[in-house]
Amino acid sequence: MGWLFDPAHWSGSTGIPVRLVEHFGYTLLTLVIGALIAVPLGAFVGHTGKGGFVIVGLSNALRALPTTAVLILVVLWAGLGDFPVYVALVLLAIPPIMAGTYAGVRAVDPVTVDAARGVGMRESGVLLQVEIPNALPLIFGGFRGAALQVVATATIAAYTGAGGLGRFVFDGLALQDFGQMLAGAVLVALLAVLVDLGFAGLQRLTVSPGLRPVGTGGKR
Amino acid sequence: MPGYAERVKVFGIYIQGGPIGVVVATGGIRRVIEFRAVTKRFEDGTIAVDELDLTVEAGTITVFVGPSGCGKTTSLRMVNRMIDPTSGTILVDGKDVLTVDPPTLRRGIGYVIQQAGLFPHRTVLDNVATVPLLSGWDKRKARTRAAELLEIVGLDPAFGKRYPAQLSGGQQQRVGVARALAADPPVLLMDEPFSAVDPVVREDLQNELLRLQAELDKTIVFVTHDIDEALKLGERVAVFQTGGHLAQYAKPAELLSAPANDFVASFVGRDRGYRTLTFLHADVPVHPVTTARLGERVTITDWTLVVDEQNRPKGWLSGVDGEVEVAEKDLISGGSLYDGTTLRGALDAALSSPSALGVVVDDAGAVTGVVQAADVIQALAKARAAGEVPK
Repeated sequence: MGWLFDPAHWSGSTGIPVRLVEHFGYTLLTLVIGALIAVPLGAFVGHTGKGGFVIVGLSNALRALPTTAVLILVVLWAGLGDFPVYVALVLLAIPPIMAGTYAGVRAVDPVTVDAARGVGMRESGVLLQVEIPNALPLIFGGFRGAALQVVATATIAAYTGAGGLGRFVFDGLALQDFGQMLAGAVLVALLAVLVDLGFAGLQRLTVSPGLRPVGTGGKR
Repeated sequence: MPGYAERVKVFGIYIQGGPIGVVVATGGIRRVIEFRAVTKRFEDGTIAVDELDLTVEAGTITVFVGPSGCGKTTSLRMVNRMIDPTSGTILVDGKDVLTVDPPTLRRGIGYVIQQAGLFPHRTVLDNVATVPLLSGWDKRKARTRAAELLEIVGLDPAFGKRYPAQLSGGQQQRVGVARALAADPPVLLMDEPFSAVDPVVREDLQNELLRLQAELDKTIVFVTHDIDEALKLGERVAVFQTGGHLAQYAKPAELLSAPANDFVASFVGRDRGYRTLTFLHADVPVHPVTTARLGERVTITDWTLVVDEQNRPKGWLSGVDGEVEVAEKDLISGGSLYDGTTLRGALDAALSSPSALGVVVDDAGAVTGVVQAADVIQALAKARAAGEVPK
């Protein structure tokens, strides 16, 4: 573990802080792009109940794609850089987010949805004011699953010459520097835990106390 | 709210009248709902409602009752366009509902469903404020109104901060009613609202609805499969038959005394003769009764009614000869009490009393005398002779 705690590795443009920020940046942007694609799709299909097979088929197909293969394919087509990394990671993030959103919206009690329409909400209101807020716990479940996978997989960015914590893993491997490799792996795990904690906090802030299991909250 | 608030007692509940100028009921607006040759055929070909012609009178509780699959809920849901008819017309206050955009139509019609259907992620107060907020009220005004509504349906406004999951089934249904009333709609649709709560709570909620209706004067359509609930709540009752036919549309007393066909006769039940008494209010002679208080020394000769300090019945005393001290342990508990309203109450009091004497009480619960079963039968005969029993 000596490598990890060597002050020399904690500064400069190739130091640990810079790589952490890069890695976090890949994760964040990937999740944002993934959400912009997966949440509307999952919510729409969940709300209308039409096209459930598309969700299942698309999720399974995307899950079956080997991320490294996708990365290499896009590199061959578009050249080196961040773009192929994002394509590969976004394809990885979409299935869990989409499945979580779809399942969350589907799981809202039909009586609640009937009441929402019955009191005079428009379809957009039913979705945004009732279905999505009630689906949030499952949507967060999808995001947290996606985030863990993306943090872990973002190491492959280094494979195409980009940055991130994967640098330490790939450089360590090339140099037979197992200390550096181990440090990279530990930092990835640490970042994954931190990102998950961040989501947990966000979930606490945004999910209504009325949706927590009875007896564990809600009373303030 | 000491100082400025004025509390007005209306039908046993207190309504807070503050400086904001609280409106409890608009009154005045009366709606009629008309079904004209309405048919609903589902995609699979089943006919849920068949050529329904029916007029719901303004300011009444009209109950749609029938077995499952008789089209009662479908008929109700066509009024606020949760379902659209295959053919025919539904008019609310003379206006064809199909010409109104569904969300706009629904905001003007209160809707209460089984299991309340509250929004679990919103507080009770925000649940009640839903329709005012959808109709563009500002948040403060909507919440003030919601808090009033909680009081009107008999809930402590402190419940407003809770979430639906923290309430009992009965409380949730009260919130459901409050939510439906929030924008003060003239029409209220209630789809089996009380069928998911236990019998005791159900009776509470039914009485509460009757009390509210006496005050609010809405046009209410109430769907149930429970004939007792229908007869209790309905001013007019529509009995639906399997296949979506309207079998009979009449006042409760008439359903019991003159069912239109065998289906209605069997649906209203075998003790309908006894139930008919619920709708008769003939005078039954009240006889004096010997009473005694606890701790008193009395000479018992016949059945003696033991009462408390306020003259309220405690139980009966019998079978002890000579002078005794009246003690709690010797009391034989009594039957139901007759409050002077319906013949059914009088007969039941007499039949359920150990002394065969039905105890009559006044509004304060004090004993005024006793009635006998034979007198009730005689009163029934008299009412029949006078043509008061519907044929």
